[in-house]
Amino acid sequence: MMPTKLHPALIGFTVLVFIFLVGPLVIVVGSALSDTTYLTFPPQGLSLRWFQNIFEIDAFRRTILTSLQVAVISTFVALIIGIPASYAMSRYRIQLPRWLSTLFILPVLVPELVLGFSLLKNLAFQFNAPIYLSLIIGHTILILPYVIRVISASLASFDFSIEEAAISLGSPPLKTFFTVLLPNVRSGVIAAFILAFITSVNDVSISIFLTGPGISTLPIQLLAHMEQFFDPTVASVSVMLMVLTVAVMAIVERTLGLTFLAK
Amino acid sequence: MKRLAGWTLASPATLLVLLGLVAPVAATIYTTFGTPGGPLATYQAFFASGFRRTVLLRTINVSLIVTVIALVIGFITAYVVSRAPGWLKSILIVAAVFPLLTGVVVRSFAWLIILGKNGILNSSLINLGIISEPLQMLYTQGSVIVAMVYLFVPLMVLTLVGVLEAIPDDLIQASASLGANSWATFTQVILPLAVPGLIVGAVLVFTGSFTSYATPQLLGGEQVMMMGTLMYQQAMVTFDWVSASTIAAIMVVITIAIVAAMNAAARRLNPMTV
Repeated sequence: MMPTKLHPALIGFTVLVFIFLVGPLVIVVGSALSDTTYLTFPPQGLSLRWFQNIFEIDAFRRTILTSLQVAVISTFVALIIGIPASYAMSRYRIQLPRWLSTLFILPVLVPELVLGFSLLKNLAFQFNAPIYLSLIIGHTILILPYVIRVISASLASFDFSIEEAAISLGSPPLKTFFTVLLPNVRSGVIAAFILAFITSVNDVSISIFLTGPGISTLPIQLLAHMEQFFDPTVASVSVMLMVLTVAVMAIVERTLGLTFLAK
Repeated sequence: MKRLAGWTLASPATLLVLLGLVAPVAATIYTTFGTPGGPLATYQAFFASGFRRTVLLRTINVSLIVTVIALVIGFITAYVVSRAPGWLKSILIVAAVFPLLTGVVVRSFAWLIILGKNGILNSSLINLGIISEPLQMLYTQGSVIVAMVYLFVPLMVLTLVGVLEAIPDDLIQASASLGANSWATFTQVILPLAVPGLIVGAVLVFTGSFTSYATPQLLGGEQVMMMGTLMYQQAMVTFDWVSASTIAAIMVVITIAIVAAMNAAARRLNPMTV
């Protein structure tokens, strides 16, 4: 069968759109490599000194660590509570109320800024909860829908009769979970982990309210730095984050295939 | 028994969302009604202020413009991507996913370099002799719109590629062989089938723009304040938490109303569910 022919104008337009999408990121990479003390593109003189500068600024070292910590902890918590929830919703669909799936979409519907502010006002202030704990709760809620969506998608193709077979042959439930169910949704778990992780690392709107003296995340530190300086440090941190993105994409491609994201 | 097992497994996540999201957000909204001067006093104060009305209208205006531009660009691009040969399609999807997974700060920062006073665009225009003085491009509504379109086009493309891929080539060729020209095929076959996807994409982009913070903060600043930046300013700079809560409540109501309306529209307009 012949594929549909495309009008050349449409192809030309699409080429321009992709230049528009990729160009600005190329510019960021270029200005990170510049040897100047101000941001410029194309780079004048090549140097890696702005990458070195990231680690010489104490605030960046600290916030990189905080961001990684928060992302790892909230991703693990989201997986530990999200996997059983996704399982329950596929396995016991009839027994559970329908509003439950709506509840798990709520974190996507409620604006992140509102969640962040509400956690500050009604958790951190009202109950004197530590900011760090509030930050982790906020991030866990933010990424829970991603975890549930990805795991549910991989459970959709899981044949629950395999699990029943294992149980009727005498395998205890917990062992069945780890030896039968989990290996079958492995790629889903890896993809969920990695998508949740990057979502947490990139978050601004929740974290902006839940950072205070001593606690800040990398994107918030970047915003603060940009208001005072216009040197290539921010560009080199951006490049670092892009390298992380490439790693994430490689892992998603290996596990779910990138077309999963186009759904 | 099964019901119990189901609830046991789902309860930690359910509790987290109820206690960590529903309760605090409900409390925030609730406090806006309990102020002295009547239950709606905070909303009257919000709408009585010319500045805040301007911010609300500007936010709606910017979000609508961004949504329309992203719809047009995203739809055409997604159509071409969906009809591209396999290998090229993978490359194009990677090129759209990459910006999507790159953080909003990095993507807004890119436009700071491009649109700045000594930025790439200004220096190129001066070098070409088109202008002699650098133009003020940052901190204008235009710069916020450009950066937001940049932010949301990948999302729109990826939302629509799946929808458009599902339209079989046969259908398009059948339309052509029955005498429809490409414009008629587009308006009578492709567009109606893409409507549900277009609605989903439009909702994602509109609500995303309406509640954004980092982009208007970096590219709009004080001059182009939007609901998100105004809310942050009220909460963390002037510490007027009642006012911040009111803005939060307005954002929640508008977001949920739009999602509900579009859900209903998507169900009615979906030609596949007759």
